[in-house]
Amino acid sequence: MVENTGISDIVKDENLVYQKTKVLTDKVMHYCPGCGHGTAHRLIAEVIEEMDIQAGTIGVTPVGCAVLMYNYLDIDMQEAAHGRAPAVATAIKRLMPDKYVFTYQGDGDLAAIGTAETIHACNRGENIAVFFINNGIYGMTGGQMAPTTLSGMKSSTSPYGRDVQMMGNPLKMTELVAQLPGTWYVTRQAVHTPASVRKAKKAIRQAFENQKLKKGLSLVEIVSNCNSGWKMSPVEANKWMVENMFPFYPPGDIKLEGKMVGKE
Amino acid sequence: MKELKLMKGNEAIAEAAIRAGADAYFGYPITPQSEILEYLMAEKPHERTGMVVLQAESEIAAINMVYGGAACGRKVITSSSSPGISLKQEGLSYIAGSELPCVVVNVVRGGPGLGTIQPAQSDYFQAVKGGGHGDYRLIVLAPQSVQEMADFVDLGFELAFKYRNPLMILTDGALGQMMEKVWLQEQKPRMKTFPEWATTGKTPDRERNIITSLDLDSAEQEKFNMKIQEKYRKMEAEEVRFETTDTEDAEYLLVAYGTSARICQKSVRLARDKGIKAGLLRPVTLFPFPKKILSELAGKVRGILTVEMSTGQMVEDVRLAVEGKVQVEHYGRMGGIIPSPEDIVDALGKNFLK
Ligand SMILES: Cc1ncc(C[n+]2csc(CCOP(=O)(O)OP(=O)(O)O)c2C)c(N)n1
Ligand code: SF4
Ligand SMILES: [Mg+2]
Repeated sequence: MVENTGISDIVKDENLVYQKTKVLTDKVMHYCPGCGHGTAHRLIAEVIEEMDIQAGTIGVTPVGCAVLMYNYLDIDMQEAAHGRAPAVATAIKRLMPDKYVFTYQGDGDLAAIGTAETIHACNRGENIAVFFINNGIYGMTGGQMAPTTLSGMKSSTSPYGRDVQMMGNPLKMTELVAQLPGTWYVTRQAVHTPASVRKAKKAIRQAFENQKLKKGLSLVEIVSNCNSGWKMSPVEANKWMVENMFPFYPPGDIKLEGKMVGKE
Repeated sequence: MKELKLMKGNEAIAEAAIRAGADAYFGYPITPQSEILEYLMAEKPHERTGMVVLQAESEIAAINMVYGGAACGRKVITSSSSPGISLKQEGLSYIAGSELPCVVVNVVRGGPGLGTIQPAQSDYFQAVKGGGHGDYRLIVLAPQSVQEMADFVDLGFELAFKYRNPLMILTDGALGQMMEKVWLQEQKPRMKTFPEWATTGKTPDRERNIITSLDLDSAEQEKFNMKIQEKYRKMEAEEVRFETTDTEDAEYLLVAYGTSARICQKSVRLARDKGIKAGLLRPVTLFPFPKKILSELAGKVRGILTVEMSTGQMVEDVRLAVEGKVQVEHYGRMGGIIPSPEDIVDALGKNFLK
């Protein structure tokens, strides 16, 4: 007869190799399987735990698939109106300058409706971190064209592919804000492989650490998939991302310590 | 120490915000209220009290900064004029939907559209019926003097925090620009402790605080709506403020708020000189609206004339309160024209004493 064994009988300190950070709640995430949002959440939560800043961190969630991020991170959070997270975070940071403040925003949120708030928070050099999840589409509302949708890319509002003559060009918001004197650290990352996850985590950590310096805004773009919006399997979506998104949105550092990379 | 000064209404609001212990002001220039931001910048409140003052990139950014600051449990204020207040409506709806306290000043100018920079009272509907999307209300205070412009800032914060609700000071370009003597209250210290719901960082001794207006569960969303409606009913029961002038023996009642009420006080005297027994009811809170006193007075007078610098907005609420007991007419000027006391007496005569 097999005895009933509880999880605590199996999970013992000596055989524990990996554990979910305590900064993530036990709530099951609503994201589609394979979506990059969940991984990005985990990395932020891990960094908060590792830096021991749970009590010192206020997060601002966007309107987009990540709107419910506050259900998953065990920190104080505010849910901003669509695109306005950088303005919300500006006030939080100005009123509590010693707190770590971050926004988490999709490409529609940050680069379309919230363009003004993004540019001006960057330009004022607000001492916050902005995590920008670029999946080239409006995931939450069912896969409409985003400002970041690639030329020729299909979406529910560009069903024959994005025609740049008619619909405008894809916007490289990250390169754009890197030009502004108020940004201190601007980088583009991804979370589709173990190696990229490790690099992205370092970048997220850097964005938090930078807030101690009070030298300006840190923006970490994470190029991500939206397998539902792209109408692909998670594996196909990651492959498509590498082949199509990366050439236009190449991962790598763009601005370090207030200086453009590769331009002295 | 209390202090007597000669000030513009806009300046009085700015000074009153510092003295009320406000933690932050976020705003964007627009005539006729830019003196508020200008005065604050000149006063260096960061040196006086540590108050944050920031010129935002738009009214949209400003109201969302208010949201962020209010959600930290801070006393936050913003101001604008009509077109800018329209831009703030989405943010105000979020603030109401997240039950956050804040003070918003609308120094009204004539509209619609870019309209005019001259005073008007044409934003009444927007102010008292919610303004943005969803079922919510702002508490609305209507000052009639520079003194009240100052006093209502502190009172505004008190009520906003009491009810966890956004509050609007609905004033106009005339009151904003006019200079009068004003007693300024003593400097209040800024808050050192913050409400338990505020996002001030999750410490091990409490659950995390989440500020949101989202609830995808219909039953929960309905429950939330009922909860805030209860709050509004409580305001209607406990917070109605109004003033009466010569209503005891009045046969004709003027109803007006703000600048129009100020003018109507003169009209009451002029009418009485002519032998017309006029009186005035001045709503001080426009939401909650003084329905009860109106209903009482309606039983005693022969006619009611509302006077508004608009095509007639408050008149609808007066008619609702009066429930057909007496004839209610409206007299108004638009586009930045301020009616004279004589015009109002004439209008009273034309409507009721033919
Ligand atoms: C003012 C306003 N306009 C439109 C919407 C509808 N809306 C919700 S999410 C969204 C787009 C989100 O896309 P993105 O920011 O790229 O986030 P994702 O879901 O892809 O992560 C839109 C248009 C809204 N909620 N508010
Ligand atoms: S719709 Fe796209 S962005 Fe949203 S959870 Fe699904 S895969 Fe992720
Ligand atoms: Mg997106």
